[in-house]
Amino acid sequence: MKIEIYMKLFGKEIFVPDTIVNTFIVGILLTIFAIAANIKFKNADKTKGPEGFQNFVEVVVELVSGLTRMIMGEEMFYFMPYIGTLVLYLLVANLFGLLGFTPPTSDYSVTFTLALMTFSLVEFYRAKTKGFVGFFKSFTEPLPLLTPLNVIDEFANPISLSFRLFGNVLSGVIIMSLVYNALGYFAPIVTPFMHAYFDVFSGVLQTFIFAMLTMIFITNVVD
Amino acid sequence: MMQGITSEAFILGCSAIGAGLAMIAGIGPGIGQGNAAGKAAEAVGRQPEAANEITRTLLLGDAVAETTGIYGLVIAIILLFVRPLLTAYLNL
Repeated sequence: MKIEIYMKLFGKEIFVPDTIVNTFIVGILLTIFAIAANIKFKNADKTKGPEGFQNFVEVVVELVSGLTRMIMGEEMFYFMPYIGTLVLYLLVANLFGLLGFTPPTSDYSVTFTLALMTFSLVEFYRAKTKGFVGFFKSFTEPLPLLTPLNVIDEFANPISLSFRLFGNVLSGVIIMSLVYNALGYFAPIVTPFMHAYFDVFSGVLQTFIFAMLTMIFITNVVD
Repeated sequence: MMQGITSEAFILGCSAIGAGLAMIAGIGPGIGQGNAAGKAAEAVGRQPEAANEITRTLLLGDAVAETTGIYGLVIAIILLFVRPLLTAYLNL
Protein backbone atom coordinates (compact mmCIF):
# COMPACT_ATOMS: atom_id res chain seq x y z
CA MET A 1 0.00 0.00 0.00
CA LYS A 2 1.34 3.40 -0.94
CA ILE A 3 -0.01 6.67 0.41
CA GLU A 4 1.58 9.79 -1.06
CA ILE A 5 0.52 13.37 -0.57
CA TYR A 6 0.86 16.23 -3.06
CA MET A 7 0.27 19.63 -1.51
CA LYS A 8 0.17 23.18 -2.76
CA LEU A 9 1.32 25.53 -0.05
CA PHE A 10 2.00 29.26 -0.67
CA GLY A 11 2.26 28.61 -4.40
CA LYS A 12 4.90 25.90 -3.96
CA GLU A 13 4.32 22.24 -4.72
CA ILE A 14 5.18 20.00 -1.78
CA PHE A 15 5.58 16.27 -2.22
CA VAL A 16 5.32 14.04 0.85
CA PRO A 17 6.65 10.54 0.07
CA ASP A 18 4.98 7.43 1.48
CA THR A 19 7.78 6.79 3.97
CA ILE A 20 7.00 10.09 5.72
CA VAL A 21 3.27 9.32 5.74
CA ASN A 22 4.10 5.91 7.24
CA THR A 23 6.21 7.64 9.90
CA PHE A 24 3.10 9.50 11.02
CA ILE A 25 1.03 6.29 10.91
CA VAL A 26 3.58 4.61 13.20
CA GLY A 27 3.46 7.63 15.51
CA ILE A 28 -0.34 7.52 15.67
CA LEU A 29 -0.33 3.74 16.30
CA LEU A 30 2.18 4.12 19.15
CA THR A 31 0.17 6.99 20.67
CA ILE A 32 -2.98 4.84 20.64
CA PHE A 33 -0.95 1.99 22.19
CA ALA A 34 0.35 4.30 24.93
CA ILE A 35 -3.12 5.68 25.75
CA ALA A 36 -4.61 2.16 25.80
CA ALA A 37 -1.81 0.90 28.08
CA ASN A 38 -2.27 3.92 30.36
CA ILE A 39 -6.02 3.34 30.73
CA LYS A 40 -5.48 -0.38 31.26
CA PHE A 41 -2.90 0.17 34.02
CA LYS A 42 -5.00 2.83 35.79
CA ASN A 43 -8.01 0.52 35.97
CA ALA A 44 -5.94 -2.59 36.73
CA ASP A 45 -7.31 -4.92 39.39
CA LYS A 46 -4.48 -5.13 41.92
CA THR A 47 -5.86 -8.16 43.72
CA LYS A 48 -5.50 -10.37 40.62
CA GLY A 49 -2.45 -11.17 38.52
CA PRO A 50 -1.86 -9.40 35.18
CA GLU A 51 -3.42 -10.92 32.11
CA GLY A 52 -3.72 -10.34 28.36
CA PHE A 53 -2.71 -6.90 27.15
CA GLN A 54 -1.27 -5.88 30.51
CA ASN A 55 1.04 -8.93 30.47
CA PHE A 56 2.34 -7.94 27.04
CA VAL A 57 3.10 -4.36 28.10
CA GLU A 58 4.83 -5.55 31.26
CA VAL A 59 7.02 -7.96 29.26
CA VAL A 60 8.09 -5.14 26.90
CA VAL A 61 8.86 -2.72 29.75
CA GLU A 62 10.78 -5.38 31.68
CA LEU A 63 12.85 -6.32 28.63
CA VAL A 64 13.88 -2.72 27.97
CA SER A 65 14.54 -1.88 31.62
CA GLY A 66 16.58 -5.07 32.05
CA LEU A 67 18.71 -4.18 29.03
CA THR A 68 19.20 -0.59 30.23
CA ARG A 69 20.13 -1.74 33.73
CA MET A 70 22.64 -4.23 32.32
CA ILE A 71 24.44 -1.79 30.00
CA MET A 72 24.13 1.56 31.80
CA GLY A 73 23.92 0.50 35.43
CA GLU A 74 21.53 1.53 38.19
CA GLU A 75 22.77 5.13 38.55
CA MET A 76 21.96 5.97 34.89
CA PHE A 77 18.67 4.11 34.79
CA TYR A 78 16.80 7.39 34.11
CA PHE A 79 17.68 7.00 30.40
CA MET A 80 15.28 4.08 30.19
CA PRO A 81 12.28 6.10 28.82
CA TYR A 82 14.39 7.36 25.90
CA ILE A 83 15.73 3.87 25.13
CA GLY A 84 12.22 2.45 25.42
CA THR A 85 10.88 5.06 22.97
CA LEU A 86 13.65 4.24 20.49
CA VAL A 87 13.07 0.50 20.79
CA LEU A 88 9.29 0.73 20.40
CA TYR A 89 9.46 3.16 17.49
CA LEU A 90 12.17 1.29 15.57
CA LEU A 91 10.54 -2.08 16.22
CA VAL A 92 7.17 -0.99 14.84
CA ALA A 93 8.82 0.94 11.98
CA ASN A 94 11.03 -1.98 10.89
CA LEU A 95 8.20 -4.52 11.15
CA PHE A 96 5.91 -2.21 9.15
CA GLY A 97 7.14 -3.87 5.95
CA LEU A 98 5.25 -7.02 6.93
CA LEU A 99 1.94 -5.19 6.44
CA GLY A 100 2.83 -4.21 2.87
CA PHE A 101 3.87 -0.65 3.67
CA THR A 102 7.28 0.79 2.93
CA PRO A 103 9.16 0.80 6.26
CA PRO A 104 9.68 4.42 7.45
CA THR A 105 13.30 3.57 8.27
CA SER A 106 14.05 3.03 4.55
CA ASP A 107 14.03 6.84 4.25
CA TYR A 108 17.34 8.46 5.18
CA SER A 109 15.67 11.51 6.72
CA VAL A 110 13.99 9.31 9.36
CA THR A 111 17.11 7.38 10.39
CA PHE A 112 19.28 10.51 10.33
CA THR A 113 16.80 12.29 12.60
CA LEU A 114 16.98 9.41 15.08
CA ALA A 115 20.80 9.40 14.96
CA LEU A 116 20.85 13.18 15.39
CA MET A 117 18.68 12.84 18.52
CA THR A 118 21.20 10.40 20.01
CA PHE A 119 24.08 12.66 18.94
CA SER A 120 22.60 15.76 20.61
CA LEU A 121 21.84 13.76 23.75
CA VAL A 122 25.44 12.49 23.89
CA GLU A 123 26.90 15.99 23.40
CA PHE A 124 24.47 17.47 25.96
CA TYR A 125 25.53 14.95 28.59
CA ARG A 126 29.20 15.46 27.72
CA ALA A 127 28.75 19.19 28.43
CA LYS A 128 26.68 18.52 31.55
CA THR A 129 29.12 16.12 33.20
CA LYS A 130 32.38 17.83 32.15
CA GLY A 131 31.37 21.50 32.26
CA PHE A 132 31.93 24.16 29.59
CA VAL A 133 35.76 24.03 29.60
CA GLY A 134 35.87 20.28 30.05
CA PHE A 135 33.60 19.84 27.03
CA PHE A 136 36.24 21.32 24.72
CA LYS A 137 39.10 19.82 26.69
CA SER A 138 37.72 16.30 26.27
CA PHE A 139 38.47 16.53 22.54
CA THR A 140 42.19 17.17 23.14
CA GLU A 141 42.74 13.88 24.92
CA PRO A 142 45.06 12.02 25.01
CA LEU A 143 47.19 14.40 22.88
CA PRO A 144 46.34 17.94 21.65
CA LEU A 145 47.68 16.82 18.26
CA LEU A 146 44.77 14.38 17.91
CA THR A 147 42.04 17.05 18.20
CA PRO A 148 41.00 17.00 14.49
CA LEU A 149 40.76 13.21 14.54
CA ASN A 150 38.66 13.30 17.73
CA VAL A 151 36.27 15.85 16.23
CA ILE A 152 35.89 13.84 13.00
CA ASP A 153 35.38 10.69 15.08
CA GLU A 154 32.59 12.43 17.01
CA PHE A 155 30.79 13.51 13.83
CA ALA A 156 31.22 10.06 12.25
CA ASN A 157 29.08 8.49 14.99
CA PRO A 158 25.64 9.76 13.88
CA ILE A 159 26.51 9.12 10.22
CA SER A 160 27.52 5.50 10.76
CA LEU A 161 24.60 4.97 13.15
CA SER A 162 22.05 6.25 10.63
CA PHE A 163 23.60 4.63 7.54
CA ARG A 164 23.73 1.23 9.27
CA LEU A 165 20.00 1.20 9.96
CA PHE A 166 19.13 2.82 6.61
CA GLY A 167 21.33 0.48 4.54
CA ASN A 168 20.04 -2.66 6.22
CA VAL A 169 16.37 -1.79 5.84
CA LEU A 170 16.69 -0.33 2.32
CA SER A 171 18.67 -3.32 1.02
CA GLY A 172 15.89 -5.60 2.24
CA VAL A 173 13.24 -3.43 0.57
CA ILE A 174 15.14 -3.34 -2.75
CA ILE A 175 15.90 -7.08 -2.84
CA MET A 176 12.30 -7.96 -2.01
CA SER A 177 10.87 -5.60 -4.63
CA LEU A 178 13.23 -7.19 -7.20
CA VAL A 179 11.95 -10.66 -6.26
CA TYR A 180 8.31 -9.52 -6.32
CA ASN A 181 8.80 -8.00 -9.78
CA ALA A 182 10.77 -10.96 -11.17
CA LEU A 183 8.43 -13.75 -10.06
CA GLY A 184 5.06 -12.02 -10.40
CA TYR A 185 2.24 -14.30 -9.26
CA PHE A 186 4.68 -16.99 -8.05
CA ALA A 187 6.44 -14.61 -5.65
CA PRO A 188 4.55 -15.80 -2.50
CA ILE A 189 6.45 -19.13 -2.75
CA VAL A 190 9.80 -17.56 -1.77
CA THR A 191 8.96 -14.18 -0.23
CA PRO A 192 7.74 -15.42 3.20
CA PHE A 193 11.27 -16.62 4.01
CA MET A 194 12.75 -13.35 2.77
CA HIS A 195 10.24 -11.40 4.89
CA ALA A 196 11.22 -13.53 7.88
CA TYR A 197 14.89 -12.70 7.34
CA PHE A 198 14.84 -9.08 6.11
CA ASP A 199 11.87 -7.75 8.06
CA VAL A 200 11.72 -9.78 11.27
CA PHE A 201 15.31 -10.93 11.92
CA SER A 202 17.13 -7.93 10.44
CA GLY A 203 14.58 -5.43 11.76
CA VAL A 204 14.68 -6.71 15.34
CA LEU A 205 18.48 -7.00 15.25
CA GLN A 206 18.94 -3.44 13.96
CA THR A 207 16.53 -2.15 16.63
CA PHE A 208 18.56 -3.91 19.32
CA ILE A 209 21.84 -2.61 17.90
CA PHE A 210 20.63 1.00 17.58
CA ALA A 211 19.45 1.01 21.21
CA MET A 212 22.63 -0.76 22.36
CA LEU A 213 24.98 1.67 20.59
CA THR A 214 23.02 4.65 21.91
CA MET A 215 23.44 3.35 25.45
CA ILE A 216 27.15 2.64 24.92
CA PHE A 217 27.79 6.15 23.52
CA ILE A 218 26.03 7.82 26.45
CA THR A 219 27.77 5.60 29.02
CA ASN A 220 31.19 6.32 27.48
CA VAL A 221 30.61 10.07 27.67
CA VAL A 222 29.23 10.22 31.21
CA ASP A 223 31.92 7.99 32.77
CA MET B 1 30.00 11.94 -28.37
CA MET B 2 30.78 8.41 -29.44
CA GLN B 3 29.21 6.78 -32.44
CA GLY B 4 25.94 4.94 -31.86
CA ILE B 5 25.70 5.74 -28.15
CA THR B 6 24.37 8.84 -26.46
CA SER B 7 26.33 10.52 -23.67
CA GLU B 8 23.46 9.91 -21.22
CA ALA B 9 23.47 6.17 -21.88
CA PHE B 10 27.25 6.10 -21.51
CA ILE B 11 27.03 7.86 -18.13
CA LEU B 12 24.29 5.50 -16.96
CA GLY B 13 26.34 2.47 -17.98
CA CYS B 14 29.44 3.79 -16.22
CA SER B 15 27.31 4.48 -13.11
CA ALA B 16 26.17 0.85 -13.14
CA ILE B 17 29.77 -0.37 -13.43
CA GLY B 18 30.73 1.96 -10.57
CA ALA B 19 27.89 0.57 -8.45
CA GLY B 20 29.13 -2.96 -9.13
CA LEU B 21 32.67 -1.99 -8.18
CA ALA B 22 31.45 -0.31 -5.00
CA MET B 23 29.91 -3.60 -3.88
CA ILE B 24 33.41 -5.16 -3.76
CA ALA B 25 33.42 -3.52 -0.33
CA GLY B 26 31.23 -6.45 0.72
CA ILE B 27 34.29 -8.73 0.83
CA GLY B 28 35.71 -7.05 3.95
CA PRO B 29 32.71 -7.43 6.27
CA GLY B 30 32.21 -10.97 4.92
CA ILE B 31 35.67 -12.04 6.02
CA GLY B 32 35.41 -10.11 9.29
CA GLN B 33 32.03 -11.52 10.24
CA GLY B 34 33.16 -15.03 9.33
CA ASN B 35 36.17 -14.66 11.61
CA ALA B 36 33.97 -13.33 14.42
CA ALA B 37 31.44 -16.15 14.03
CA GLY B 38 34.25 -18.75 14.04
CA LYS B 39 35.70 -17.32 17.23
CA ALA B 40 32.24 -17.19 18.80
CA ALA B 41 31.68 -20.86 17.93
CA GLU B 42 35.02 -21.67 19.60
CA ALA B 43 34.04 -19.65 22.66
CA VAL B 44 30.67 -21.42 22.95
CA GLY B 45 32.47 -24.76 22.62
CA ARG B 46 34.77 -23.82 25.48
CA GLN B 47 32.12 -22.21 27.67
CA PRO B 48 28.61 -23.42 26.74
CA GLU B 49 27.06 -21.77 29.80
CA ALA B 50 28.00 -18.28 28.52
CA ALA B 51 26.28 -18.82 25.14
CA ASN B 52 23.78 -15.96 25.63
CA GLU B 53 26.47 -13.43 26.49
CA ILE B 54 28.61 -14.57 23.55
CA THR B 55 25.72 -14.36 21.08
CA ARG B 56 24.91 -10.82 22.19
CA THR B 57 28.53 -9.71 21.86
CA LEU B 58 28.80 -11.42 18.47
CA LEU B 59 25.70 -9.71 17.07
CA LEU B 60 26.83 -6.29 18.30
CA GLY B 61 30.33 -6.77 16.90
CA ASP B 62 28.93 -8.00 13.58
CA ALA B 63 26.76 -4.90 13.30
CA VAL B 64 29.75 -2.63 13.82
CA ALA B 65 31.93 -4.64 11.40
CA GLU B 66 29.17 -4.40 8.82
CA THR B 67 29.41 -0.61 8.64
CA THR B 68 32.03 -0.45 5.85
CA GLY B 69 29.99 -2.86 3.72
CA ILE B 70 26.90 -0.72 4.29
CA TYR B 71 28.84 2.37 3.11
CA GLY B 72 29.62 0.53 -0.15
CA LEU B 73 25.97 -0.48 -0.49
CA VAL B 74 24.75 3.09 0.08
CA ILE B 75 27.17 4.40 -2.59
CA ALA B 76 25.96 1.73 -5.04
CA ILE B 77 22.32 2.61 -4.32
CA ILE B 78 23.00 6.33 -4.78
CA LEU B 79 24.79 5.68 -8.10
CA LEU B 80 21.92 3.53 -9.37
CA PHE B 81 18.84 5.36 -8.14
CA VAL B 82 19.80 8.98 -7.41
CA ARG B 83 22.15 9.23 -10.46
CA PRO B 84 24.21 12.24 -9.33
CA LEU B 85 26.58 11.96 -12.32
CA LEU B 86 23.78 12.19 -14.87
CA THR B 87 22.32 15.23 -13.09
CA ALA B 88 25.76 16.83 -13.05
CA TYR B 89 26.14 16.18 -16.80
CA LEU B 90 22.71 17.59 -17.63
CA ASN B 91 23.50 20.73 -15.61
CA LEU B 92 26.76 21.35 -17.50
